[in-house]
Amino acid sequence: MSGIIAQNSGRHTGLVKASSGGGGVWNLILTQTASASATIDFTSGIDDTYDEYVFKFIDIHPSSEAGKFGFQGNVAGGSGYNETITSTFFFSYHNEVDSAADVAYQAASDQAEGTAFQPLSDNIGIDNDQSGAGTLTIYDPSNTTFVKHFIARTNSYSASDYSVDGYTAGYFNTTSAIDEISFKFSTGNIDAGQISLYGIS
Amino acid sequence: MTGIIAQNVGRTSGLIKSAGGGGGVWTLISTFTSDGSDATATFDSGIDSTYPIYVFKFINIHPETDNVGFMFNGRDGSTAYDAIKTTTNFKAMANEGDDDIYFGYDSSRDLAQSTDFQLLVQDIGNDNDQSCSGELWLFNPSSTTFVKHFYSRMNGLYFQDYIFAPFIAGYFNVTAAIDGIQFKFSADEIQGGKIKLYGLKDSA
Repeated sequence: MSGIIAQNSGRHTGLVKASSGGGGVWNLILTQTASASATIDFTSGIDDTYDEYVFKFIDIHPSSEAGKFGFQGNVAGGSGYNETITSTFFFSYHNEVDSAADVAYQAASDQAEGTAFQPLSDNIGIDNDQSGAGTLTIYDPSNTTFVKHFIARTNSYSASDYSVDGYTAGYFNTTSAIDEISFKFSTGNIDAGQISLYGIS
Repeated sequence: MTGIIAQNVGRTSGLIKSAGGGGGVWTLISTFTSDGSDATATFDSGIDSTYPIYVFKFINIHPETDNVGFMFNGRDGSTAYDAIKTTTNFKAMANEGDDDIYFGYDSSRDLAQSTDFQLLVQDIGNDNDQSCSGELWLFNPSSTTFVKHFYSRMNGLYFQDYIFAPFIAGYFNVTAAIDGIQFKFSADEIQGGKIKLYGLKDSA
């Protein structure tokens, strides 16, 4: 490079030369903020632009006690968030009074060819300071040959004052493209919190 | 935005307007590089409300002393790194001799409402080729409403030639902002390695 292009490489303001791929490996697509929301739906921006899509959850707070935060998908041209999922869920937990701690599989939060919303967390409390945070990655959602894999990790402050480190993995058992994702609690609203969607180039 | 700047937003070639923060969603905030005799690695600036997520990357952290743990704590309003936290800790491990493996919870290395430093990985060796690497994610540390969640994944070379792969998670159980993070070994110095702190943007 030479001239203005070279001089401006790495600068934080002004004109710079675009990097191939659109300005970075991680590309912010959309951020949504909950406000007593029944669901948070991502209905655009999930396509064949990227091979990998990452959702980040920040301080997700429920309106009702003991709700599990979860997600589902919708295939392109379909209706309803009800795709077929087979999944695993295990968690590590420890309570504040130091009387219970373990790592274990939780069969109640997995699915075998189910169409329910897939839990990403254990029950999250409704105290003012209680919430959950974490990440969900979906691989190649626009692929029409393979199933669509996903992995997730969250940490939650449970209604019973536990720290819960949750691990979800699975696949949408469909060869149709997934182009919409919805998040909600198993009961009540998403009272507060933020979800950001990134594409990885 | 108007003119050429607006027209070129999102393009993958030519000239575009620089994204604030340096042109990407991940922004490198600071790097700690061990000088070979560091009692601690302290990040006491750059953790604020600028980003909703902060990520520490550990690269070949090497201890002075054999059989020590690498650990961290948070600062929540004073100068001390002693924020109250509740954590979980489970790990997978296997030895180089292929005759000993373990997977399970480690109740001796978690914390329940404690101000102690939380181990990220235990019992690292100090042979020249031994170290630990990994990452720690910290969510919304500037919140004054919610607790502050974090989780980590590490690989460490145990002093008796095992791979240790612990998974730590938890929350700082405070509503004050966490504005500093400190790392150290359970004894003696950090004698090598880098720690990089990144901020992850959630808006253009």
